[in-house]
Amino acid sequence: MSEQTTSPKLQVEDLNVRFATGEGLVHAVRGVSFDLGREKLAIVGESGSGKSTVGRTLLRLHPRSARIEAKKLRFGDTDLLTCSEKKLQDIRGRRMSMIMQDPKYSLNPVMRVGDQIAEAYLAHHKVPRSEANQRALAMLEAVRIREPQRVFKLYPHEVSGGMGQRIMIAMMLITEPEIVIADEPTSALDVSVRLQVLATLDDLVSQRGLGLIFISHDLNLVRSFCDRVLVMYAGRVVESIAAADLENAQHPYTRGLLASLPSIDERRERLPVLQRDPAWAMA
Amino acid sequence: MAKTMTMNTPANGPTIQVDKLNLSFGIGASANQVLYDVDFSVEEGEAFGLVGESGSGKTTVLRCLAGQYDHWQGSLSIHGQKLGRKLDRARCRKVQMVFQDPYGSLHPRHTVETALAEPLAIHGIGDRDARIDAILSKVGLPLSFRFRYPHQLSGGQRQRVAIARALILEPRILLLDEPTSALDVSVQAEILNLLADLRVRDGLTYLLVTHDLGVVAHLCDRVAVMQQGRIVDMQECAALSGSMPTHPYTRMLVEASRHYSREMAQIAATDAAAASRVAA
Repeated sequence: MSEQTTSPKLQVEDLNVRFATGEGLVHAVRGVSFDLGREKLAIVGESGSGKSTVGRTLLRLHPRSARIEAKKLRFGDTDLLTCSEKKLQDIRGRRMSMIMQDPKYSLNPVMRVGDQIAEAYLAHHKVPRSEANQRALAMLEAVRIREPQRVFKLYPHEVSGGMGQRIMIAMMLITEPEIVIADEPTSALDVSVRLQVLATLDDLVSQRGLGLIFISHDLNLVRSFCDRVLVMYAGRVVESIAAADLENAQHPYTRGLLASLPSIDERRERLPVLQRDPAWAMA
Repeated sequence: MAKTMTMNTPANGPTIQVDKLNLSFGIGASANQVLYDVDFSVEEGEAFGLVGESGSGKTTVLRCLAGQYDHWQGSLSIHGQKLGRKLDRARCRKVQMVFQDPYGSLHPRHTVETALAEPLAIHGIGDRDARIDAILSKVGLPLSFRFRYPHQLSGGQRQRVAIARALILEPRILLLDEPTSALDVSVQAEILNLLADLRVRDGLTYLLVTHDLGVVAHLCDRVAVMQQGRIVDMQECAALSGSMPTHPYTRMLVEASRHYSREMAQIAATDAAAASRVAA
C-alpha cells in the first residue's frame, strides 16, 4: 500500500520494560522487536498485554519506577535509550507525537481549543502568535472541522467527543511529526464518528507520509485499517502479520481472539472461549 | 409474599409492551425531549436488542422499564400488567438489570456474599446460604469467591457477580445495559455464552442495549435501531447477515461493524452534516 523506504524510521530490538513495585519487578514488556516505516502498524492485544506500555516507552513517558532495556531503540539517527532529556523534548510532540484515548481527559479544560493547538506549535517553533493561530486554523480545517473559526474559540466541554478527538489529532499533527502513536484513538467514539476520525487519520498519514502506530484491541477495525499487525500477549509479540493475512493467522492466540469475536455474518450457538497456554508468554 | 409469587406466571400478551413512550428532561422552554413515541413489544423467552449511538435514547428506554425514571408518558406493561411510576417489590422480583461497568456497579467494600445477600434481605427471603451457593455455581464462579471483595476479582468475574446479583431474586426479565462493553473480547465471549445458557435454562426474557451489532446478532432474535430518540428500524437478527438492510442508518451500522471503509466514512460524514442542519 505505502511505499517502503529503505531505512525504517523507527527500529526497536529486544525491548524490555520492568516496573519496580512493592512486590518486586513486574516484567511488562518482554523482548519486543519491530521496525516502522511509512506505514500503519497496529499493536493489538487484551488489557494488560503491554501494548500501551510499548507506545509510551517510545516517547519515554514513564514513571521513574520503569526500567527500560533494549538492544536497539533508534529513531532516525537518535538513540532514544541514551539521549538526553533535552534532546527528547525536541522529539516529543515535534517529530514523534501521541494521540491519547479520551479527549475528555487529555485536553486542558480551561483553555480554548484553538489556543491549545497553537501552543503545541509554539512550543517548538519561534514564530509570532498570529502565525501559530493561522496554522491552528488551517489544521482544524485539515481534520475536517466545519466552521474552524468558531470551533477555535470553544472550550473542550463545548465540543462533542468526535470533535474533541479531531482537535487532539490536529494538535498532534500541527508540528508535522514523522511518527504518530495513536493509543486507542477511537474506542470512546460512536461508529459513525469513528469512521470519520479514521478517514481523517488515514488521509493525513498518506498525504504526509507518516509512520503510524495504532494501538487497539479491536481486531475487526485493525484488519481493515492498518497495513501490518503485531499481536501482543503477556508483554510479548506472539505474531507479526500483514493485516490482509489476518484470516490466515498461525498463532493459536491470534486465532482464538478472532474466533471469539461475535459476528453478524456467522451466527453460532456458542462462541469459542480462548484457552490460554502458559507457554505463549515464555516462547 | 405469596401474592407476589403468583405474579411470576406469564399472563396473556407479550412479556414487555412499550407503547408511545415519551420522555423529556427539563420544563418549559428548556425542555429537552429524549424519547419520541417509542413502541415495541418483546415475547416471552425472546431476546430483543436495542442498538444506536450515544444519545439515541436506548439506555433511557431501559431505565424507564427498570424504574429509574418515573416521569415518562405513555404506557409500559409487563406480562399484561401496566407498570406504575413507583418501583415496588413485586416489580423487582420480575425485572432486574445488569449494568455496563462491573467496576462501578459493585460496592468496593462489600464482599460478594454481602452483595448477593442484600436483595434477599430486602425481600425477606430465607435460606440465604443455599441460594448464594446455588447462584454462584449457576454463573460459573467457585463457591470460595463468596468471601472476596470486588478488587480481588477480574472484570469478567465481576460481571458474573453482577449477573448473579440480578438473578438471585429469580426474575423473569433481565435488562442488560452494554453488559460486555467494558470487557476484553475473550472475556466477552465467556459472558455472552453464559447469558445464552441462562436464557435457555431458565426461560428468561432479555432486553439488551448495546452499540455492538455483533453482540446483538449473536444473542438476540430481533433488534430495534434507535436514532435521536426514535426507533427508525426493526429487523430480525437473522436478516442482518444475508441481505443488505434497507434503512440507510442500519446499513451504515452493519457495514461499520464489519470493517472500516472510505465509502462508509463518506456516508457517515454526509449523514452527520444533514443531521446538524436539521438540528440547526
